[in-house]
Amino acid sequence: MLTEDMQIVYQYPHALAPAVTHYCPGCTHGVIHRLIAEVMDEMNIREKTIGVAPVGCSVFIYNYFDCDFAEAAHGRAPAMATGLKRVHPDRVVFTYQGDGDLAAIGTAEIIHAAARGENISVFFVNNAVYGMTGGQMAPTTLPGMKTTSSPTGRDVELAGFPLRVAELLAQMTGAAYVVRRSVHDPGNINKTKKAIRTALNVQMNQAGFSLVEILSSCPTNWGMSALDALKFVKEQMIPNYPLGDYKVADSVKSFIVS
Amino acid sequence: MKELWEGNQAIAEAALRAGLEAYFGYPITPQTELLEYLSRKMPELGRAFVQAESEIGAINMVYGAASGGARAMTSSSSPGISLMQEGISYIVGSQVPAVIVDMMRGGPGLGNIAPGQADYFQLTKGGGHGDYHPLVLAPWSVQEAVDLTIDAFDLAEKYRHVVILAADGNIGQMMEPVEMPAPRKIQKRDRGWELTGAHARDRRLITSIYLQPEVLHAHNEKLQAKQRVIEQEQVRYHEFLMDDAEYAVIAFGTSARVAHTAITWARKKGTRVGLHRPVSLYPFPYARVAEISKQVRAILVVEMNAGQMLEDVRLGAAERAPISFYGVMGGLVPFPDEVLPEIEKLVNSVQ
Repeated sequence: MLTEDMQIVYQYPHALAPAVTHYCPGCTHGVIHRLIAEVMDEMNIREKTIGVAPVGCSVFIYNYFDCDFAEAAHGRAPAMATGLKRVHPDRVVFTYQGDGDLAAIGTAEIIHAAARGENISVFFVNNAVYGMTGGQMAPTTLPGMKTTSSPTGRDVELAGFPLRVAELLAQMTGAAYVVRRSVHDPGNINKTKKAIRTALNVQMNQAGFSLVEILSSCPTNWGMSALDALKFVKEQMIPNYPLGDYKVADSVKSFIVS
Repeated sequence: MKELWEGNQAIAEAALRAGLEAYFGYPITPQTELLEYLSRKMPELGRAFVQAESEIGAINMVYGAASGGARAMTSSSSPGISLMQEGISYIVGSQVPAVIVDMMRGGPGLGNIAPGQADYFQLTKGGGHGDYHPLVLAPWSVQEAVDLTIDAFDLAEKYRHVVILAADGNIGQMMEPVEMPAPRKIQKRDRGWELTGAHARDRRLITSIYLQPEVLHAHNEKLQAKQRVIEQEQVRYHEFLMDDAEYAVIAFGTSARVAHTAITWARKKGTRVGLHRPVSLYPFPYARVAEISKQVRAILVVEMNAGQMLEDVRLGAAERAPISFYGVMGGLVPFPDEVLPEIEKLVNSVQ
């Protein structure tokens, strides 16, 4: 029982629905969901937030959040979010998208949402594979990385090079806040949470397009233990996808959560 | 008071007066004036307008705005509609209301920018994946395009379904006298499904995914029941001189207008021919076509395509009357003096 000299330091976020997720053991989607939910609680925005779900492993994200949600077609979440935000400019609209969804089939939609400075927040989860369909090569798959559709390793002569989304979108004048974070250890999880809060802060201050790219692990499709997968993020993913702030427009500097 | 309006602009103005809250589009001939008109008017009225990066972007913005409860619309022409089919399938599956204007042009492929009617299949038979038919309304004049635009928004909301205004480059580009309806006030109301943020209520979900086969089957049964209701309630057609007709011409949109003239000429020569013009292409007036097939000695179908509505006429007529077809493609529009000899051939073929 809570007495006056006690305080809650940890609890199930209100913005998360009481549900057991379908994610594989060791997958970091659950961590990222929780971070977004914690931020929604802290900002007290659950009742004014509308999420847009992708196609991919996080297709059922709407089952795990206690807020309104729309389920987009593959890659089209930024367009759907644009429609929602334009008719509800006072609501908080975010998309949650994986790398197949955002960086392959949805490249046109994400680039133009950023170019328009669409006042939405995008949480972009990069685990370098198509998870839902069983671990095929994604546009973000590392050179030489084995997947079920690059069985001898991604051959850059045939399949080209990884797409670096944060760097790409940072070029857009319309993008206000574009950063890359990782959730492979507690320190980086905390930094990711701050970036999520900053992104939503930017949106709530009508300051423009915000995107947080989050490096995530996929033990199942990488064929690794959960811990080895986190080590892979640290040792293989980060050198290819350096963490950092790629675009912080002057107009949003005062909204940064540190 | 009647004013002279260009078809595309008239439809745009009618949509505004119907309470359009959000428009998303992409330039394509022959509908671009519709987008241009709204690019000026929507911001003036404080309503949402976005020129999207593609028709794929546009239809998914419509999907989003409609999910948010707004009266949303896009417009395009044939190749753009092909690109929108994915989004249309999602919108139907999710049961949100949306209005789409298709100013049909010549196809397939890039085709050309001249008027056509070859989208009949892709509009009325589903077009995208899954089992569905959008509600499709085909005007033959600028005035009718205006009136049907108003209806389209009401029907889309009534059935939570996609309603398509199927016109062609002629209707979009020509100018005619129009009586504009009075503007309606935009009514903000909660109908229990739109996404507005879960304030003091349970969360809501707009989706078309139902992973369990039994659940998706049940969802489809619900959608199909709705289609049957639409088929009961929304069959629309107009007829001309059908009462004593021994021969019928069946045509829609611009083709019907051309046939109308040819029928007037044939009547002057003593041929008892009438016009049946489907206005709702889906739901198609099968029952009325069945009646006609019992009344007349032969039927002529005229279309600006290779014979697409023809298949529905055949279904309705069920071989009770011989059916001839006259079609032009490639963006050609038939002239009345091409249709008149077809009527004469029809008469000779059964005598």
